[in-house]
Amino acid sequence: MGSGGAGSITTGSLLLEAAGQVGWYGLLTRSVGPQIRGGEALAMVRLAPTPVTGHGDRYDVLVALDWHNASRFIAEVPLDDKSLILADANGGDPPPAILATGAHLVTLPFTDLADELPGARPNLLALGMLSELLGISMDSTTQAVIRTLSDKGLSAAHATDALAAGGQLTTTFPHTQRLAPPKPRDTGRYWLITGNQAAALGALRGGVRFAAVYPITPATDLSEWMAPRLQKLGGQLIQAEDEIASMNMVLGASFGGIPSMTITSGPGLALMTETLGLAVAAEVPAVVVNVMRGGPSTGIPTKSEQSDLNIALYGLHGDAPHLVLASQSVADCLTTTQWAVQLSEALQCPAIVLSDQFMGQALTICERPAPLPDAPPRRIASAGSDRYDRYALTEDGISPMAIPGTLGRQHTADGLEHNAHGTPSSGAADHLAQLNKRCTKLEQYDYGDAWAEIDGEGETVVLTWGSTAAAVLEAATQARASGLAVKVIALRLLSPTQPDKMALAMRGARRALVVEQSHSAQFHHFLRAYYPLPDQVEVISRPGPLPIRPGEVLNLLLHGNQS
Amino acid sequence: MNKAEPLIARYSHKDYKSAVKPIWCPGCGHFGVESSLFRALAYLELPPEQVAVVSGIGCSSRIPAYTQCYGFHGVHGRAPAVATGLKLARPELTVIVTSGDGDAFSIGGNHFIHACRRNVDMTLLVMDNEVYGMTKGQPSPTTPADWDSKIAPGGTGVNPFAPLAVALASGANFIARGFSGDPNGVARLLVEAIQHPGFSFVQVLSPCVTYRPEEKFWKKMVHSSSVEPTHDPAVAGHRLLSDDGFTTGVFYIGNRPTYTATVGTSDNDLSAIEEELAI
Ligand SMILES: Cc1ncc(C[n+]2csc(CCOP(=O)(O)OP(=O)(O)O)c2C)c(N)n1
Ligand code: SF4
Repeated sequence: MGSGGAGSITTGSLLLEAAGQVGWYGLLTRSVGPQIRGGEALAMVRLAPTPVTGHGDRYDVLVALDWHNASRFIAEVPLDDKSLILADANGGDPPPAILATGAHLVTLPFTDLADELPGARPNLLALGMLSELLGISMDSTTQAVIRTLSDKGLSAAHATDALAAGGQLTTTFPHTQRLAPPKPRDTGRYWLITGNQAAALGALRGGVRFAAVYPITPATDLSEWMAPRLQKLGGQLIQAEDEIASMNMVLGASFGGIPSMTITSGPGLALMTETLGLAVAAEVPAVVVNVMRGGPSTGIPTKSEQSDLNIALYGLHGDAPHLVLASQSVADCLTTTQWAVQLSEALQCPAIVLSDQFMGQALTICERPAPLPDAPPRRIASAGSDRYDRYALTEDGISPMAIPGTLGRQHTADGLEHNAHGTPSSGAADHLAQLNKRCTKLEQYDYGDAWAEIDGEGETVVLTWGSTAAAVLEAATQARASGLAVKVIALRLLSPTQPDKMALAMRGARRALVVEQSHSAQFHHFLRAYYPLPDQVEVISRPGPLPIRPGEVLNLLLHGNQS
Repeated sequence: MNKAEPLIARYSHKDYKSAVKPIWCPGCGHFGVESSLFRALAYLELPPEQVAVVSGIGCSSRIPAYTQCYGFHGVHGRAPAVATGLKLARPELTVIVTSGDGDAFSIGGNHFIHACRRNVDMTLLVMDNEVYGMTKGQPSPTTPADWDSKIAPGGTGVNPFAPLAVALASGANFIARGFSGDPNGVARLLVEAIQHPGFSFVQVLSPCVTYRPEEKFWKKMVHSSSVEPTHDPAVAGHRLLSDDGFTTGVFYIGNRPTYTATVGTSDNDLSAIEEELAI
């Protein structure tokens, strides 16, 4: 951690990249203050020999480049008497709350040393020290530094010197943090990727070639990563005048036959909801990736929360069945977003993908996600001179869509209620028939096993969704080690609901734990409304921005609400 | 185009008309605009399936379903955005937005400005009746400040704005005004507007006989422009701001480059992008 500009996030990312080079898995999440530039920054890194999707209950090492705004972060960095704090000697005094954790404090001359070495900066010294401390080869750290910082004018020789000097510092204090070397693994099978990048890539894999967006934290970096890459693929991302426009542009392009998406966060989603209703009624495919942040209103733009569930599920006016999906990890942002594109195209229905700041802006080393199996594409009407009913009442509720330019298939895509032909109608029978059609197509579709990730068996079932799944899965593993049989059901498809599949998954459940990051227990109420739960239900529903940690879930699993 | 030239076409204007019967009141100005649109399309010999008519909500916005073209009848005010996405996705289509003064200038005001500015090749046709017809008679951004209505007894007290001047200031590439009582004149304007590259804006004074019966007298007030269209925005600006609002004709023809963005599905090779992520 350190003041903005001190390079905390860069240090963390470079450490993760270097660790990835030598075979570690890892995750970096960031916490930054509200300031545009400067302000405080904290990078939280977890390394492990197996895939990492969330943080643990404590940190082994805290590096403080300075303590200026550290008190704002204390709640986010749980330390204990086994933790090591490595702080710059010129960084000011550690806050008493940090000292109260009992962690072992060592002060080191990062800034003084950096002043003596050409090209060096305190964060490079800290990085060299961390690499040495953790046993990550200095070679891979140096490579990572040169790849990232050479265009900022850092020479290879200066980087090597600075990292080595940092490494030397580890000889000045006692420590045990060195990691055993990880198992060697094939190169090329692993990615260093953020959740927002993964979501963009999932959309591209799904065939999205047009995006219209309006900037909003923490979704903007998704759009910015996607824009040049869409261009490379012959597509386009344009910045609209607002979210209402971006959503409408997406419908226009999709009506034109191009799979299309928009990218936003809570306040933007609120602006889009009228047009999402139109997409439902006019049956135009469209994908919205909503990277959740603390709400309501401007809320906490830079930090995570799972509180847009209600608006995603129920925010549309009228009876408007639509798709709502949720990513569960950084890598899963790819899978879920690609699946959302497939479903939206096949079902001619808008899909909202819920991601969040935690996953979206987290950087991870993961295995290259396997391609999804091909899904049925959008059903297209070909040219013809016979009668064409755009909203024909078919068995599966899906009616072939004619793309403008197709001879003899002209029709008007309409948000006004219409009959099967597409002619506006306010008749009760047409309204009912079309409502049924739009409902049926979602209900009859075979979503396979991807509707949820199910882990383990047991009479105790933990129900969760989104990025919270990471902490739950870790807690379940620990609970099993203590002899408690636990099953985890992490929902990926939130709407339409899957009562039969859930009934099967919940068979034999005697106790349910619901875990979510929302103050008003939105997920719990959703489950209560649509799925039968056993008599004994315990709930963790905490707002952001603090992540839900495995220990909290484990405690509830093992000791119940009494503890 | 020569104003005296008759509109003789290979397609008949009937080829553009669907079987759906308009909901409009007898005598509504929008009937004339609809027929002008069909005449213009016929004159341009545009195959109906190559034309997309996009609209929002209002009496005027009902037009798409009355055409034999592809139509998109969306939400109130946002049609220019829909049309932008559609035109970028399918540049070969002729894209026309049909709108009303409430739809385009009030709820859609932001999109109106930015569509002018973005300059995507499309034509915005606003049927301006200085009232909200569909919701039964409320003032719009072009309604005179003293017009008495149920929702604003004694008038709004708010001055109407000058949409053509706003369009000019925002960067529209073609700006014209017509009168629905002169369907041939409107058709000619639309032909020019559709042919001109970039964003074209045509305001058509189109009386609402039901909620603004006094607008029947517009036919006595409109007069065609006595001067040639200018390419100079400063000249156009002066004319538009000193105009009485009843001059018909082309005010401004710009030559700003059209906004184009290629959108295609051709390249499905993601391997180079995925390679960037490998470690
Ligand atoms: C979001 C939203 N707000 C309000 C309305 C109600 N509404 C429908 S049409 C209209 C005004 C239309 O006026 P105008 O664009 O001038 O068209 P006209 O009916 O006069 O041709 C309004 C306010 C709506 N459909 N949607
Ligand atoms: S209310 Fe006015 S604008 Fe609407 S159809 Fe009737 S006359 Fe035309």
